[in-house]
Amino acid sequence: MTTSFRRRDYRPAALAWASLILVFCLVEALIRTGVLSVYVVPLPSSIVAAIPRVVAEESIGRRLLLTGGEALGASVLLIVVGTGLGILLYRSRLVRAATENWIAAFAAAPLILAYPLFLVIFGRNALTIVMLGFLAGLAPMILKTVEGLSIVRRSLLNVGRSFNLSEWDLFWKIHFPAAVPTIFTGIRLSLIFALINIFGLEFLINFGGLGQLINELAERYDLPGTYVAIGFVILVSVCFFIVIERLERWLRPGG
Amino acid sequence: MSTASIPLTKSAPLSFETRVRSLKLAIVASLLLIWEAMARSGLLFEDVVPSIVVVVAALGGVLVDPVFYSNLAITAWEVGTAILVGGVTGLAVGFVLGNSRFLSRAYEPFLYYLGPTPKIIFFPLLIMWFGIGPGSKAALGALSSFFPIAIATAAAIRSVDPILLRVGASFRLSRWQTFYKIFLPAIRGPLTNGFRLGLGIAIIGTVLAETKLSNQGIGYLIIQTYTTFNMARMYALLLLLFAIAILLNAALSRLARRFGA
Repeated sequence: MTTSFRRRDYRPAALAWASLILVFCLVEALIRTGVLSVYVVPLPSSIVAAIPRVVAEESIGRRLLLTGGEALGASVLLIVVGTGLGILLYRSRLVRAATENWIAAFAAAPLILAYPLFLVIFGRNALTIVMLGFLAGLAPMILKTVEGLSIVRRSLLNVGRSFNLSEWDLFWKIHFPAAVPTIFTGIRLSLIFALINIFGLEFLINFGGLGQLINELAERYDLPGTYVAIGFVILVSVCFFIVIERLERWLRPGG
Repeated sequence: MSTASIPLTKSAPLSFETRVRSLKLAIVASLLLIWEAMARSGLLFEDVVPSIVVVVAALGGVLVDPVFYSNLAITAWEVGTAILVGGVTGLAVGFVLGNSRFLSRAYEPFLYYLGPTPKIIFFPLLIMWFGIGPGSKAALGALSSFFPIAIATAAAIRSVDPILLRVGASFRLSRWQTFYKIFLPAIRGPLTNGFRLGLGIAIIGTVLAETKLSNQGIGYLIIQTYTTFNMARMYALLLLLFAIAILLNAALSRLARRFGA
């Protein structure tokens, strides 16, 4: 018996990291030689040095909790309302046929541009951010729920019927669990839309957690701090996307 | 012909399409009625929910206002520049990554994970680099549109049938000829789809940047209506902006389908 080992190729990752370090060194050299103005681009070393200061002085933990709370509020609304509306649409073929194209058009609408309207209706507070995040992610959540329920295998339903399950049991014991992986894709997509809008709106209306921090530091002309805050938002977004992607893969059959 | 000669039969049930059309009309009519009832009820501030008549009048006013068209032209210029810069760089980067598995594995995760982050947070930096004029708005639009176009191009390049490339090689096509005679026609469908996504995001990025810091453009007009609390005009501008974005999206979707996407 032979044992084969498949070695993981680390060269692409090494190249990616080496490129990042090279860009950092190049920018540092260009600023120190006066080619780039330090008033436009801060020294990468000063950005790294600013990390502990921003974390300590700008209450990153509290801001993270605030943004997390907004994201959680929007997520709960999205999952409850989006899944509920998706189930209703699936069960009524007529309503689905009448509204599915509108929902798809709603998904393509640049809803965040209506943020001044949300400010007037809800005020400059967390509710505006939660509502915009929720509405931005609603369409994919509904569409993916309908899709998930529509593609359940007929044989699974036939097995349920052969056991004389009631319509209610058939739905909750077979239909819905079989649709969960696709519904989770909808949750992932809608949470991404919601998070983008939450960070963006916090920055635009200068309210809330991490998005507001960027605005505040930029208005104080704290360039290294602004870069750190932007880096922090990117880091949080990327971690969030990775976690939710892993969860989705875990939920998928054979994932 | 007398009506008495027509036999009285039980009316046929409405077809599914007719019922769908009727339901659509009923939904639209109900929404308009609810809106008008809310506007006239006095339960909500009249300025926040203005009557449909007032919104339609404001829409008419915006459509004949030369200020709207001069600002629309500025936004169109910014979005056009954004999609040109973001499109060309996205196309180039996507082409390189699509052709090299090694480079794709090294750099595509950056595109994949940075793509969905909110680009508006880069606006303070872009103001420092490009100033407070249209340049920073176009730059934000370009940055926003770059990611979907690069990702779509890389994926499309990888999906090109290798037989086509071997045929090209047997005809001794140069790199440039291979690009515009084989790759471009083969990827035009997914590429149009990538540009469709890129254009939508470029519009959002540009207009959002205008609402944040600008003295011209559609975003500036919208935020002006907010500061002056001219809600009817805000609704009119938002409706027009949404209509333009949805129509452009639909037109590019149709083009992508025509190209086989």
